[in-house]
Amino acid sequence: MTEITKTEPTTIYIRPTSGLAALNLGDLWHYRELIVFMIWRDIKVRYKQTLLGALWAVIQPLMTMLVFNFLFNNIAKVSSDGIPYPIFSFTALLPWGLFTTALNTASRSLTSNHNMITKTYFPRLILPIASVLGGLVDFAIAFAILLVMMLYYRVVPTWNALWALPLFLLLSIISALGVALWLSAINVKYRDVGYALPFITQFWLFITPVAYSSKVISDKWQILYALNPMAGVVNGFRWALLGSGNGPDILVAISAGISLVILLTGLIYFRNMERTFADTI
Amino acid sequence: MTIAIKVENISKKYKIGTAPGKFRYGMLRDQIAALPKKLFKRNEGQAGVDYIWALKDVSFNLEEGKVLGIIGRNGAGKSTLLKVLARVTEPTKGTVAVRGRVGSLLEVGTGFHPELTGRENIYLNGAILGMKRAEIEAKFDEIVDFSEVAQFIDTPVKRYSSGMYLRLAFAVAAHLEPEILVVDEVLAVGDAEFQRKCLGKMNDVAAQGRTVLFVSHNMSAILRLTQEALVMQKGQMTLRAPTNEAVDFYLSSGQSQAGERTWADDEVQASAAPFRPLSLKIRDPRGAVADSVRSTEPLSIEMEYQLLAPVTGLRVGIYLSTVRGEYVFTSFDVDDAALYEKHSTRQPGHYISKCTLPGDMLNEGRYILGFNASSFGVKRYFMDENALGFTVDPSGAPGMQWAEQRQGPLRPRLNWAIENLGK
Repeated sequence: MTEITKTEPTTIYIRPTSGLAALNLGDLWHYRELIVFMIWRDIKVRYKQTLLGALWAVIQPLMTMLVFNFLFNNIAKVSSDGIPYPIFSFTALLPWGLFTTALNTASRSLTSNHNMITKTYFPRLILPIASVLGGLVDFAIAFAILLVMMLYYRVVPTWNALWALPLFLLLSIISALGVALWLSAINVKYRDVGYALPFITQFWLFITPVAYSSKVISDKWQILYALNPMAGVVNGFRWALLGSGNGPDILVAISAGISLVILLTGLIYFRNMERTFADTI
Repeated sequence: MTIAIKVENISKKYKIGTAPGKFRYGMLRDQIAALPKKLFKRNEGQAGVDYIWALKDVSFNLEEGKVLGIIGRNGAGKSTLLKVLARVTEPTKGTVAVRGRVGSLLEVGTGFHPELTGRENIYLNGAILGMKRAEIEAKFDEIVDFSEVAQFIDTPVKRYSSGMYLRLAFAVAAHLEPEILVVDEVLAVGDAEFQRKCLGKMNDVAAQGRTVLFVSHNMSAILRLTQEALVMQKGQMTLRAPTNEAVDFYLSSGQSQAGERTWADDEVQASAAPFRPLSLKIRDPRGAVADSVRSTEPLSIEMEYQLLAPVTGLRVGIYLSTVRGEYVFTSFDVDDAALYEKHSTRQPGHYISKCTLPGDMLNEGRYILGFNASSFGVKRYFMDENALGFTVDPSGAPGMQWAEQRQGPLRPRLNWAIENLGK
């Protein structure tokens, strides 16, 4: 055992916090290593004791793409803006998969780690954040598949991809985190979230241009359509990688604005509920 | 001396449902249904809800380097106090000023993942307890040594025996080096060897001049590790005194009169149903309820209880232990096989189970009776390890011609014979 270092310890005050307590982001920074550890843990155990392991990260979007291809391309003959339909839908399935995985894991992140919450202190924000970021690994694997598909179909990504893709990826993470904060905090008190979530994601898929092109939406509805942050993300991915659509415009700005609003309100709601997590979970 | 922990008027209120256990999670439906009522009758929303003060106006200071024990019955607020100090839950009122990093050991192995290896879990658990990666790396070998699981360190912990799991978990926790350590009952688990090791480690921690708050039901651990203790009763701090005094006070509190312990409704957890303990009494041979009995005389123990529904396989019994926490024996009312057969299912009603301890059995000193009602392998209905304390007076016991303290909890009158085998 080493000696206690005799640096002057700081004094922490524990007291009831008021309604809109400070977010205490400094604390989050202090515990940044724990975020990394939690992501690492989630990734390590995600495909444990499965036959196909990380292949699932590939199979899920590939199978969905095949089904979409059959339904929307072969049967319904949906327009894909002149791009081979498999690539057209797979490009959209990447951020969409990131989003839904994030919602699924993050909404349960607090309840499934309840023993950590009731027994020890750490910024509770770490759990949903780590869940959302953990999806990036699956995203990266699926992205590699997309590159292979682009080679096969001889689709050349635009130069815009270099700067725009990270931005749209960030936007999808912000959207996912915002919604995840709401859902995870609500789930602590109301387990209804677990039942509602499959509906929510299914419904959300319909209002997001994953299987179809957003051009099928008539102009007068475009603004309303842009209120769905994932619509902006998916269009952005297609524009950056495949060169379809007009690129960032007012609609993307609306999407980004909405996702920021969701994130901020989510943070406030989460902080508000955080005070009683240990008591209600 | 500097104050390490300054607790000022800490209170914590919990909402308790009208049907405890039944609707554990709130349902949106209820909230939505209650919405109109809430909107129009703002104050009445509180009416149907019961609140309980798990902590009420608790204040104390703890100087740096001191080890403070906290004792009290189940539900006295000990754990809530630790949770507030560990920042797991916020107080409803009051302030705590804590000088330095607080390490909380409310449980060992928090965040352990069964699929991860021992090595991986050390890192993960360390990070959860607030250690830096570099710190964990520096202490890694020490932790593995202490845990004695070196050869399985790369095996998933789900393959560990429960003993190995505990040792590893405690090893990580023990190498946490905060200025203030908050410990809850972690020693209650594991075998005797493990407990000894944990206690040893706690001693080290205390000897290093760290401030420690320690909650336990194990009186011998409290007596060994702490110089001073708090006694909590119903969310309030009733006494702060040198540990000996505090333990004595704690053991004699809750007795409505000397030699008798009764249980009020709010002292029995709902999970005890259909078992409802009423009282535990000690009587001397003349039938009087007594707190002090003579070593030479038999004493009778009476356990009074109600059954609200038929219970199969019920056994009601006592634990006898010394004030130092060592068990002397355990005995149940249906230990006799024939009696067990006869009472295989006990019908609802009001019962007394009683037995007599023969004279010339216990040594002088103070003893604790624990109360247990369970169906083996099915359910433990009720358990109070420190239900009633009593004193054994040695007058007339064998060996009293010497003014010495006899070792051990028993003082039997043995039939000695001395044979002179000649020269």
